[in-house]
Amino acid sequence: MNDLPTSTLREGLSVIARGIKGQPRWFSLAVLGSVVYGVMTGMTAWTIGWVVEHEISPAIAAGSVTPQQLWTIGGVMGLVVLVTVIGVIGRRLAGGVAMFNLGAMYRRQVTRQYLRLPLAWHHRHPSGQLLSNANADVEATWNIFAPLPMALGVVVMLAFGIVQMMVIDPWLAVVGLTVFPLLFLANVAFQRAMSPKVTLAQQLRADVSEVAHESFEAALIVKSLGREDHEAERFREVTHALRDANIEVGRTRGRFDPAIEAIPTIGTLAVLFVGTLRVSGGYLTAGQVVQVAYLFSILAFPVRALGWVLAELPRAVVGWKRVSAVLDAEGSMTYGDRNLPRGRSSRLQAEQVAYAYEVESEAGEIDHNPALVDVTLDVAPGATVAVVGPTGSGKSTLTNLMMRLVDPDTGAVLVDGIDLREVRRGGISDVAALVAQQTFMFDDTVRGNVTLGAPHDDEAVWRALNVAQGAGFVDRLPEALDTHVGERGASLSGGQRQRIALARAIIREPQLLILDDATSAVDPSVEQAVLSRLREASTGTTVVVVAYRMATILLADEVVYLEGGRVLDYGTHTELLGRCAGYERLVTAYAREAAERAALASEDDDIGADFDDDYAEPDARRDRVEEVSR
Amino acid sequence: MSMRSQALVEHHGVATGKEMSTSDTLKRGLHLSPELSRGIWVTVCLAVLSTLGRVLVPFVVQRITDEGLLASGGPDAAVVAVYIGVALVGVAVTAVSAYFVNVRLFRASENGLSTLRLKAFRHIHDLAMLTQNTERRGSLVSRVTSDVDTISMFVQFGGLMLMINIAQITLATILMVVYSPPLALVVWLCFVPLFIIIRKFQGIVGRAYTKVRERVGDMLGAISEAVVGAQAIRAYGVEDRTAARIDVSVEAHRKAAIGAQARSVVAFTSGQLVSGLTTAVVLVVGTVLAVSGRLTLGELLAFLFLVNLFTMPVQQATEILNEMQNAVAGWRRVIGIIDTPADVSDPADDGVELPRGPITVQFSGVGFSYPGGEPVLHDIDLTIAPRSRVAIVGETGSGKSTLAKLLTRLMDPTSGRVLLDGTDLDTIRFSSLRQRVVLVPQEGFLFDGTLLDNVRFGRPEASQEDVERTLAELGLDAWVATMPLGVMTEVGQRGESLSAGERQLVALARAYLADPDLLVLDEATSAVDPSTEVRLQRALDSLTRGRTSIAIAHRLSTAQAADEVIVVDAGRIVERGPHAELVRLGGVYSRLHDSWVAQQQSV
Repeated sequence: MNDLPTSTLREGLSVIARGIKGQPRWFSLAVLGSVVYGVMTGMTAWTIGWVVEHEISPAIAAGSVTPQQLWTIGGVMGLVVLVTVIGVIGRRLAGGVAMFNLGAMYRRQVTRQYLRLPLAWHHRHPSGQLLSNANADVEATWNIFAPLPMALGVVVMLAFGIVQMMVIDPWLAVVGLTVFPLLFLANVAFQRAMSPKVTLAQQLRADVSEVAHESFEAALIVKSLGREDHEAERFREVTHALRDANIEVGRTRGRFDPAIEAIPTIGTLAVLFVGTLRVSGGYLTAGQVVQVAYLFSILAFPVRALGWVLAELPRAVVGWKRVSAVLDAEGSMTYGDRNLPRGRSSRLQAEQVAYAYEVESEAGEIDHNPALVDVTLDVAPGATVAVVGPTGSGKSTLTNLMMRLVDPDTGAVLVDGIDLREVRRGGISDVAALVAQQTFMFDDTVRGNVTLGAPHDDEAVWRALNVAQGAGFVDRLPEALDTHVGERGASLSGGQRQRIALARAIIREPQLLILDDATSAVDPSVEQAVLSRLREASTGTTVVVVAYRMATILLADEVVYLEGGRVLDYGTHTELLGRCAGYERLVTAYAREAAERAALASEDDDIGADFDDDYAEPDARRDRVEEVSR
Repeated sequence: MSMRSQALVEHHGVATGKEMSTSDTLKRGLHLSPELSRGIWVTVCLAVLSTLGRVLVPFVVQRITDEGLLASGGPDAAVVAVYIGVALVGVAVTAVSAYFVNVRLFRASENGLSTLRLKAFRHIHDLAMLTQNTERRGSLVSRVTSDVDTISMFVQFGGLMLMINIAQITLATILMVVYSPPLALVVWLCFVPLFIIIRKFQGIVGRAYTKVRERVGDMLGAISEAVVGAQAIRAYGVEDRTAARIDVSVEAHRKAAIGAQARSVVAFTSGQLVSGLTTAVVLVVGTVLAVSGRLTLGELLAFLFLVNLFTMPVQQATEILNEMQNAVAGWRRVIGIIDTPADVSDPADDGVELPRGPITVQFSGVGFSYPGGEPVLHDIDLTIAPRSRVAIVGETGSGKSTLAKLLTRLMDPTSGRVLLDGTDLDTIRFSSLRQRVVLVPQEGFLFDGTLLDNVRFGRPEASQEDVERTLAELGLDAWVATMPLGVMTEVGQRGESLSAGERQLVALARAYLADPDLLVLDEATSAVDPSTEVRLQRALDSLTRGRTSIAIAHRLSTAQAADEVIVVDAGRIVERGPHAELVRLGGVYSRLHDSWVAQQQSV
């Protein structure tokens, strides 16, 4: 991190400029309020002098005071106070509005970016860090707008004060002109010393958030393996690092703060000393010296606002760097302007597609892990194709490519002859739907999770749920379609989430449906119902289904067999069964297993007849079954 | 199941601490972070010392003016020099003691608050699974991050000021009384309404800041969807909708923040207004007193200095008290989570340590219902013999997963008892229980790290050889060999560089390496291909000899391999026995089996 004061100052000023550009009106209003406050604070000293000279002294001299005089004293002072307070309200309220508006503005921009950047980018960035960018870093960037208007008001105040001093005595003004730049320099030194420490603390704060986030997401695993102590230790390490960094920040602050506070006081004493000499020399009256000393004492406190701004600068710069890293992130997908044909089932092709994941080793070296190699496919409109392959053979990657969630490294994916990269933004999801292996639920109602905001009436939602065989359980939820499913659908079981996710796809009547092992937790009959329902639809649907189940595979016209990221075979189930050993091994695994078990069991049967009797209470058990079914 | 989400929030939710008063919150907060108040008296004394210096300076300035500048017979440079010397000593004392106050305060607050962070973090992990699920993860994160940060900001910036201010207010009052008791009375009378207003405003401002903190939680929840749900959002092209939902939460937060700001501005400026008006009143009353000869003009003007010395800290204090509401709101939320009872708690030292060895599981009259919901398990009586391999099957929602969660004590039964080797589950120390019983859930979360570290998460002392041997025993060595860096391959965020099936393989290896006596698999291989699953199954069969294993399975291949199958339907055990026998029985299981066979049949 660059800790040259000038560069932090320059970067800080550019952050401020950006903020002012974002909220010109509220910021101007805040500065206006601050200037009113600054001028009126200077006016207070002057007003007191005026009241004493014109009202109080004559009254004391006369030995009596009229109500008229008392009203003037109270009235003039009251008026000054009132205007000052209005200035303060303007400054703080408008400053706050500007600050929070900027925060909201940049939170929107950052999250827009999250939605725009490709999946690969997301995989490279810890979610804890992204949350911290959108929350703490945005806040750190714009927090500077809290003291900023005040500081600008103080500048006005200072100018006002220096002019007053100039008018009174140039020598006293020289004292002022020495002290105020000294104050500024002290603040710059302060900020220079603080910058690296604050940067470190900010980074550690993000680390703490990251560890907490991951650990809480893993709560179930932590619990079931009894690793709470281990996790607490991991969190303790980052927390203690943050603590130590913050204590360092405090130490630096402790060193500079009192010094910066002492400077105006020393200035006041200097004024008195120089003033005494000047009075002795007959150039000044004692009253004038007192007036300047009073000015110093009034200015001493607000001048610190300049220090606050400078103290906030490094934080703002660091926050902005982290925010702008997101805003400037490139590699977002580019889109064409073509539309995919509507109203009929789609043809899906993959031409020599290759895709490799980037894997970063602990040493930070990037390695490529090929997931797909030279994959070529042609799925006819209206066909149902099953993608079969062992765990880790690239099936999910293939489905992601088909939806253009990722772009191939080489080759192309085409729908109806159109390269997906030429399709306009949102054009693919208009015609295609993917039900992923792991369903994501939004923190919304059941209805919202099915429609995702598209204008479908409840009847359509129920129809879709019916096809997905989810209507039954949804109907039993306390508020049916209006039931909130909680964050990530926490209140639902895996099977229930899958049914809602299926309904989400069905309601869209897609021309191309991709099911990525999306029915593992539901009955095969659900799968059959979904597929036949889609076939009945007027447009018809091309279906790509990643499956292990024989029943599902049998629903497909053709089968693609993947292994190690390559298409090893492509044909009907029967063909593959006959000629592809890997395929045969995979799909008949259960049957072979069952056959072997059965053979073993029949041997056991003769031996274990007595054993069976222990369990044989078929009548009693049947009773219980009936009880349940009633 | 049906009422779950609703009911949980009502009965089992995380406490927000909203009902706690400010003073109770502070008391409890200080109790939880003893470092905050440790040695506080030394800090307070130093703060008073630094304040003495601060008060001394204007006092000296006034003396210099009266005795030096305005001395009869012209300015007296010698007197001025002496006083300036005294003032410089005051400045030095202030600076030195302020340095120590700063350092001590930072050290105390950072130590105290890191203790609070750690306590809250640990307690969140100790909370029952159901309680954890009532809260958004993002909101839990904010309890140990931004909420604590708010407190530390206050303690470090506000806390110091508040101490200095209170000392200064006290000193200024004493000086005012020395100068003019009636005017001192006037000043205090002017401030009485302010104190009343402030008390009232503190409640208002406090509630406003509580709302802001809640909105921050909502906002983080909404933003996390854009991050965690990245794939689903892109697949359905719902970027705009997600953006709109985020915007709603961002806007709600902005409004709440501005609302809180407006309220605190009103509270703060009322302090400034009262201060200004007090000066006006002092001038008016002072004039009357001066006219009647009870006060000189010089004394009146000197008194104005003192009023300033009094009102400045009062104004600052009001502002700090407002900020304190923000901190107290954060504090309440953190305390709220720490005070949420861990329903399923570790008996710890009172608990029983079970010796290792084959495990017997016994359910005795167990019933379970989710809070406020209908029973999902009824009167379960079940004994699982040691060394047996049991499969639990049933339709989705039959209660079979609930059995697994009761068995691993992620939840406690509503009625009845669960026993391991004849010992009540809830009397067994967690350290012993988690070592002996391990659950592998369907979605095995992986940490951002290497395969190696993920597999040995349950047993960090395991060497790379141990991990590689385990993987080989499970027949996963060929799969690992396809990874670019073998066991040193990074799995990415939440293991997202791997497929769901691969994550399950890692999760299984992780549980296996932890070497439990009872392994509970809750659909742990649902995303693994059949051939690998069968291979795994066989490996586990030979490896789990000597321990008890319970598998909850959708695929009946697991049931076929088991010694015994337990069939759950609508919350009851309806059948149990070996696979072959249940098939012949012609009940629920045989129906499930027919449909399973039909799925596997090749035509």
